[in-house]
Amino acid sequence: MATGAAGEPSTRRADERLTAVGPLRRLLVKPELGALVGAVAVFAFFAVQSEVFRSARGVANWLDPASTLGIMAVAVALLMIGGHFDLSAGVMTGTTALTVAIVAVEFEQNIWVAIGVSLVVALLIGFFNGWLVTRTGLPSFIITLGTFLMLQGLNLGLTKFLTGTVTAGGLASVPGYSSAEWLFASRMTILGAEVRVAVLWWVLFTALATWVLLRTRFGNWVFATGGDEVAARNVGVPARRTTIALFMTTATAAWFVGTTLAVRLTSVQANTGTGQELIYIVAAVIGGCLLTGGFGSAIGASLGALIFGMTQLGIPYLRWDADWFYFFLGAMLLLAVLANRLVRRYAEAARR
Amino acid sequence: MTAETAPLLELRDVGKDYGSVIALDGISTTVRAGEVTCVLGDNGAGKSTLIKILAGVHRADRGQLLLDGRPADFGSPREALDAGIATVYQDLAMIPLMAIWRNFFLGAEPTRGRGPFRRFDAARAKDVTRRELAAMGIDIRDPDQPVGTLSGGERQSVAIARAVHFGARVLILDEPTSALGVKQAGVVLRYVAQARDRGVGVVLITHNPHHAHPVGDRFLVLNRGRSLGSFPKADVSRDELTRLMAGGAELDQLAHELERPAT
Repeated sequence: MATGAAGEPSTRRADERLTAVGPLRRLLVKPELGALVGAVAVFAFFAVQSEVFRSARGVANWLDPASTLGIMAVAVALLMIGGHFDLSAGVMTGTTALTVAIVAVEFEQNIWVAIGVSLVVALLIGFFNGWLVTRTGLPSFIITLGTFLMLQGLNLGLTKFLTGTVTAGGLASVPGYSSAEWLFASRMTILGAEVRVAVLWWVLFTALATWVLLRTRFGNWVFATGGDEVAARNVGVPARRTTIALFMTTATAAWFVGTTLAVRLTSVQANTGTGQELIYIVAAVIGGCLLTGGFGSAIGASLGALIFGMTQLGIPYLRWDADWFYFFLGAMLLLAVLANRLVRRYAEAARR
Repeated sequence: MTAETAPLLELRDVGKDYGSVIALDGISTTVRAGEVTCVLGDNGAGKSTLIKILAGVHRADRGQLLLDGRPADFGSPREALDAGIATVYQDLAMIPLMAIWRNFFLGAEPTRGRGPFRRFDAARAKDVTRRELAAMGIDIRDPDQPVGTLSGGERQSVAIARAVHFGARVLILDEPTSALGVKQAGVVLRYVAQARDRGVGVVLITHNPHHAHPVGDRFLVLNRGRSLGSFPKADVSRDELTRLMAGGAELDQLAHELERPAT
């Protein structure tokens, strides 16, 4: 009964037009494709020239910086898909690490209490960021730049005030340290190489984020909020809650990484994490996230972090000057942005 | 035909101010199941404000909104949706970068599993999307393609199918034909008629009497925030509608001004 005059022409013609969307285009629409090609290319580039780089020990070595960066990049990618930036994400890893060290050592608490306090602090900062962004409608760029600078000042000021120095240390002798070390900083032997547990967490968080993005209602809301917030709200998506939850997710990732740093190093510098926020964004963009929101992937961001880790350690393995690292990273970023633009145009070229 | 039953939606002397500006005043009309009520007006006539009141984006400052004969008051778009009033916005209906099936179920995603394993039932969503679009006679090649690759008319049609699927009893269409070519506009109007035939009460907002007159059953004409009347189709012709919209006397004045001076 619903098939009226307009119903007939569809069925036949639809089939012949379906071929227009070939497997190649379907593959190109995947946001992480560029990062995958990039990661393979970078690996090949270093692996061919350096034997250490491709050895199991070498792999474990460059997985390490990739892992902590990757955990942050995945959270930042979710936030970017949701249409926002968090410039305070880097310094927040310092804030949380310092909170763990100061609460455990200066206030003589069990390390798990300190880690709990640190999580509460992170969630509050994340909520504050998200609440302010949704409340004012101002660009998250400027709001989190504000919190970034405030936290940077707090990290230095409070650390100096409470410890008398710019370092909070002495975590190793705090009660509960060994169990915290097991969870956040242990090592295991895989194929004869020592791999840090953070690598495992990184893989786990990437899988979890991918599942949430692609297979839950919340994931659908993240894409929608970043794609067009007004439209999303008009069809009943709780866009404000989604945005605040994303900022709190980034803060939670910062807490996890900050705690990992504190437990690993047992002492924390007051300037920890400053400057890292842009690296997270670079990794997410290399991974296919659009700066305008609404498009991207968690796996892509992880691959971006992997490229970063490989480059960071590959360059010294080739005995090049480490200064070249940033040049390389910048070039990768530009390439990625240009590739993303092409892929998007090609994907949407069907009708226009 | 359904004159004895209470209308689905009724407006009584509805008004809305933005600060000191009276955006809408004294608007009354009815929307019945299986009928199309057209809201006509030039730019700035208050059409958008009227939609926003019906859709729950704004609250009316004056007058009454009756749903099934009972007073209704929507505090948010969600509440209006839950009451069965769905709105298809002109260009804000869809997220261009998202797949058709994701857009179709946006905000009302079907789920499987419970607790932390509750997940978006993608297989069902794709299946229902394909079936619902086919039922409306909409020709979609692949539910996985981004909505941004659809033409304007197709996008409107998907939005209409979505609203009908989610049990909309009242469907508000904001200028669905304004950005479209003649042929595409015809396609969309056909889907409007199809929604009507399924028993949906349609509110069609437009500034084009040529689109409104063939499909409409009742016409509410707005001018500068005020109602020029709510007419059943039998009482008004297309030319009269055009004249009313342009403000009658003003159009005569314009015609006079544009006349070639007598030599």
